[in-house]
Amino acid sequence: MTMSDSMANTETVATDRKVASSASAGTAPSLRIDGVSAAQLESVGIHAWFGERLVLENVDLVMERTKVTALIGPSGCGKSTFLRILNRMHEIVPSASLAGRVELDGDDIYDPNQRAATVRRHIGMVFQRPNPFPAMSIRDNVLAGLRFNKIRSSHKDEIVEEALVKAGLWSEVKDRQGALGGALSGGQQQRLCIARALAVKPAVLLMDEPCSALDPGSTLRIEQTIQEIAEEVTVVIVTHNMQQALRVSDKTAFFLAQDGNPGYIVEAGPTKEIFESPKDPRTADYVNGRFG
Amino acid sequence: MTNTTTTVTPIKISSKRSAEDRAFRGLARGAGLGTFVILFLIGLFLLIEAIPAFRSQGLRFFTNTGWQTTGPHPTFGVLSALTGSIIISIIGLAVAIPVSLATALFINEYAPAKVLGFVPVKNFLTAAVDLMAAVPSIIYGMWGFFVLQPHTTGLEQWLSTYLGFIPVFKSSTGLYTSSFLICGIIVGIMCMPIITSLCREVFSLTPNGEREGAMSLGASRARVIRDVVFPFAKGGVIGSIMLGLGRALGEAIAVAIIISLAFPINFHILQAGGNSIAALIALNWGSGGSLGTSALLAAGLVLFAITLIINMVASRIVNASMADRR
Repeated sequence: MTMSDSMANTETVATDRKVASSASAGTAPSLRIDGVSAAQLESVGIHAWFGERLVLENVDLVMERTKVTALIGPSGCGKSTFLRILNRMHEIVPSASLAGRVELDGDDIYDPNQRAATVRRHIGMVFQRPNPFPAMSIRDNVLAGLRFNKIRSSHKDEIVEEALVKAGLWSEVKDRQGALGGALSGGQQQRLCIARALAVKPAVLLMDEPCSALDPGSTLRIEQTIQEIAEEVTVVIVTHNMQQALRVSDKTAFFLAQDGNPGYIVEAGPTKEIFESPKDPRTADYVNGRFG
Repeated sequence: MTNTTTTVTPIKISSKRSAEDRAFRGLARGAGLGTFVILFLIGLFLLIEAIPAFRSQGLRFFTNTGWQTTGPHPTFGVLSALTGSIIISIIGLAVAIPVSLATALFINEYAPAKVLGFVPVKNFLTAAVDLMAAVPSIIYGMWGFFVLQPHTTGLEQWLSTYLGFIPVFKSSTGLYTSSFLICGIIVGIMCMPIITSLCREVFSLTPNGEREGAMSLGASRARVIRDVVFPFAKGGVIGSIMLGLGRALGEAIAVAIIISLAFPINFHILQAGGNSIAALIALNWGSGGSLGTSALLAAGLVLFAITLIINMVASRIVNASMADRR
């Protein structure tokens, strides 16, 4: 642990949840200035490999502050890989490597002085399969992020309520917060995971096909949630559901990987334009369901 | 409106099995029952053979410390051997648990798959631990006697000089070889591969989703281990420790080589001389006449009962912690 790391920790503990710049001291660049508001995420020239195989080539994308950006494209085009690069989850795969930069409000999250755990705290993630901590209660699930980051707080009740309200789960679980996270239905579990991610006040929330394992009712609830939380957090969502992208997102990026070549962005722009007047014929074919 | 005279009863579902199914079912059931039968018969054999010893000593068998099975007034009891077994096991587990957990975590969480591009560290370590389990206990015993013991007496002397005011570290004889501590260390080393191997297995089963969930919230690797891996593996870890304890309690040869049998109850772990049920049986087998044999079998029955109870408790704990997760 470097000097700046340990300083950053004390800072986080001392100032409760307001300070999010847990890597601001010393040489590590500041990740967030105020920590409460959303931030812009930008990828510059991202390439990704698994072993020797190049799977993503030169991806540039701006994910604007408090907007919902949808990543669409056929299976295996690198959308999820790209998403995992955005909060440094890509690097936990042993053979994975990458090139390029990802900037959170101008700070490179791959700066050598930046700790991956700090990055992930500011750029949260919701996974394809709901993954609450099954042995923890609903309340402890929501507070898990605070615990992991050693953030002490005297208003945990408020934090739990706020996160669960935002995730649209409060009314269903408020009277049984002590129940185990694993006892909820699939849709509720996924909303619990969203609440858990929101409780640490991330600047960006990444969602990897968050509804693909859920029934239509739960999907609708989560789409509502996404639109509500987008007021205070930047959302990036991978989806296979064209209608979902149309319903929830402000901006859409269309990824494609053809004939074993690495994936790349064919076209990105305001969602309306991508769906109604795409510039590239392949985008038109895909969004109209002619392939993929 | 409703016809009350007829009642609806569930239909009988035919459950005819094919010959193949029946044969396999019978085989599996037979094998399953067989283990119970064998276990029961072993217990029964020990009990029957132990009767002369119990008849000779009665309940004093559990409170006597000496081991005089011949002559006109035989007096013998299992107490000092039992306490010795327990002391050795506690020392053994105190040595084995921290080392095993750390080794299992290192192999599973930290060891790189490959070093320099071709040395498969992870697989190599896994194989090495499994090989350790395959080393016969007589080898550990000889190594303990010829290598470990001469190198441990210095430490023992130091402990008894400076910490001798704590009763367990007192040594009134001034002799430090053949002590409980050396036996415990050897037994601990022998338990280590079992505990390590099982713990590594359980740790590696931690669901990836939960791991990634914790990481995505900003958990450091140590946090993931503490808050995801350990809670998940709790039952398995306890089970593996209990299995290790079973081996520690039952270890005969390595302890028999090192210990010099002494029958007074002895809590001084650094002092020369001690006792353990398995070592007692190994060292006294064939001497002491027919009553002596019966006495040793009675001691074996005590060991059998204790390990059975420990394993039953262990499986209860494991099951309870599994049920937590459902």
